[in-house]
Amino acid sequence: MKFLVCISNVPDTTTKIAFTPDNKEFNKAGVQFVINPWDEYALTRAIELKEANAGSTVTVLNVGEADTEPNIRKALAIGADDAIRVNAAPTDAFFVAQQIAAIAKEGNYDVILMGKESIDYNGFQVHGMVGELLSIPTVAPAMKLDMSGNTATLEREIEGGKEIVQVNTPFVASCQQPMCEPRIPNMRGIMTARTKPLKVVPAIGEAPRTQVAEFALPPKKQGVKLIDAANAGELIKLLRNEAKVI
Amino acid sequence: MSVLVVVECDKGEVKKSSLEVATYGAQVAAQLGTSATAIAVGEATEANLAKLGEQGISKVLYDNEPRLKDFVNNAYTKLIATAAQQEDAKVIVLANSNVGAAVGSRLSVRLQAALATNVVELPKTDGGQFVVKRGAFSGKAFSDVVLSSDRKIIALKKNSIEAQHEAGKTAEVTAFSAQLGDADFADAPKQVVMQDQAGGILLPEASLVVSGGRGMKGPENWNLIEDLAKALGAATACSKPVSDVDWRPHHEHVGQTGITVSPNLYIACGISGAIQHLAGVNSSKVIVVINKDPEAPFFKAADYGIVGDVFEVLPKLTAAVKELS
Ligand SMILES: Cc1cc2nc3c(=O)[nH]c(=O)nc-3n(C[C@H](O)[C@H](O)[C@H](O)COP(=O)(O)OP(=O)(O)OC[C@H]3O[C@@H](n4cnc5c(N)ncnc54)[C@H](O)[C@@H]3O)c2cc1C
Ligand SMILES: Cc1cc2nc3c(=O)[nH]c(=O)nc-3n(C[C@H](O)[C@H](O)[C@H](O)COP(=O)(O)OP(=O)(O)OC[C@H]3O[C@@H](n4cnc5c(N)ncnc54)[C@H](O)[C@@H]3O)c2cc1C
Repeated sequence: MKFLVCISNVPDTTTKIAFTPDNKEFNKAGVQFVINPWDEYALTRAIELKEANAGSTVTVLNVGEADTEPNIRKALAIGADDAIRVNAAPTDAFFVAQQIAAIAKEGNYDVILMGKESIDYNGFQVHGMVGELLSIPTVAPAMKLDMSGNTATLEREIEGGKEIVQVNTPFVASCQQPMCEPRIPNMRGIMTARTKPLKVVPAIGEAPRTQVAEFALPPKKQGVKLIDAANAGELIKLLRNEAKVI
Repeated sequence: MSVLVVVECDKGEVKKSSLEVATYGAQVAAQLGTSATAIAVGEATEANLAKLGEQGISKVLYDNEPRLKDFVNNAYTKLIATAAQQEDAKVIVLANSNVGAAVGSRLSVRLQAALATNVVELPKTDGGQFVVKRGAFSGKAFSDVVLSSDRKIIALKKNSIEAQHEAGKTAEVTAFSAQLGDADFADAPKQVVMQDQAGGILLPEASLVVSGGRGMKGPENWNLIEDLAKALGAATACSKPVSDVDWRPHHEHVGQTGITVSPNLYIACGISGAIQHLAGVNSSKVIVVINKDPEAPFFKAADYGIVGDVFEVLPKLTAAVKELS
């Protein structure tokens, strides 16, 4: 079984978001980048399934510029076998999806795993686009993934419940908790990761269909209005008469 | 040319988020000088579909195929793509739900459309451009995105606009078939399991949310959260550590790595307000924080606050809500 795990390089979850003075770009200065937290579920589950199915391999794929390599190496340290980086700024979801689809096709991958969504652009779309580009099913977001031969059984989250879905390889799934307990690299992993193959390839495909014109921060809050705990019922009156939300 | 809106139905009713989508679609149609048609998916009744006229929809297409009752990605995509072609839809609007976003991304490839998910406002269409505002960085920012293809798909974030109700207006409901066959249902779910929702209110759709954190001390105290939620008609939610230790189910965990909610009112009880938690709730219109620690970071993001013990404050709030009605 050949697993392809797509990882996105995102600002650490504690980052205070700021933009360049013209508001056209995210300001990377001083920001620590991590593997998108959802993608860690995809990576760890792929490694677990590889361990359970002898002869399997896990390849990680990132569309990004050279500054993403530390996180690609981290994925290798966690247990992926090799890596591919498509050397381009990931400027639009469709552009990214085209790169992933091309590599999945060329490498004949059986299972393409992603995270539920990137925590920076919050697209929740690359997995559907890749499935459509390859004419294969996408299961998103998946909370559980088991494989038996070429058949996968997944739990897909829907609003208010879940669906049990069965698909045959090849397929795309986007992962979220509680699929597995994401692993962290150990010393041995970090040592071996240095020599694992990381192939850099050029981008292909059509031009993006979307462009960010401008970023903006949400309006600042007025400040909190405190209500005395002894008089807590007063809050409910304010919510009705002042905030008018109940 | 037209605007096509996708309305999701469940047990005969049009979902709240789809009423918002219908309203949004009708307003986009007015902006573009055309009309809005809806395509319904899920289990619907003709009477409820006709009522989409109240949101400004003129025509509703409905395929009676029983297998469309549950979400089937391929079948839904083909159904909506066929409707989009028949109606010459230049703009397609869906809910930013697990159904809408999943279908929207496939449709964008099939129809060569530009897609924007998580959209929070009506588009700006002056000067021949089509620009939408969408949420990014997990609620910490917004971006204005230019959609440059001839066809555009918009997935509307829940609770971003208020659904309109113009009483008495009805839409014409028309039978529609995309000639779906067995192959289109190959990825149909084997089984659908619905969870019990507190008070029957779906968290992602809720306009009021009561949420508990580690300060609630244990699952045995959740009746305090549930009582207030029930009195308000609110959904319940929790912080990540609470669901990690199984005090509450995972689908209630909000935040950067859980679900994002944007209700009119979010009441946080015994939650410190870590940046990852705020990421999932900071687009709520009004935030109330109840915490015994006056230094809790959540107060900085709050509109109203009570510095106090949740075990004393919550029963008082519940009693006060009951007095209102
Ligand atoms: C310099 C720059 C400019 C940008 N300009 C724009 C713009 O003009 N318009 C716009 O819409 N967006 C822009 N983006 C954001 C870019 O579109 C996103 O990186 C891309 O859309 C994917 O993010 P998403 O949130 O859509 O992915 P999602 O659909 O939320 O991601 C789902 C999953 O897809 C996989 N994935 C996502 N991205 C990658 C990747 N790069 N490599 C490998 N796997 C990946 C991951 O597994 C992820 O969990 C820009 C980004 C950068 C860095
Ligand atoms: C990568 C990553 C992703 C994460 N994603 C998320 C996420 O999506 N969602 C999320 O919620 N967290 C997330 N976290 C965790 C986050 O950092 C915090 O640890 C978490 O939100 C804290 O939960 P809490 O507020 O319930 O608990 P605590 O931080 O322990 O806070 C409990 C609060 O309760 C108060 N309290 C105690 N007793 C009482 C009482 N009797 N009455 C009133 N108040 C009381 C305390 O003063 C305290 O402020 C993430 C962390 C990481 C590293």
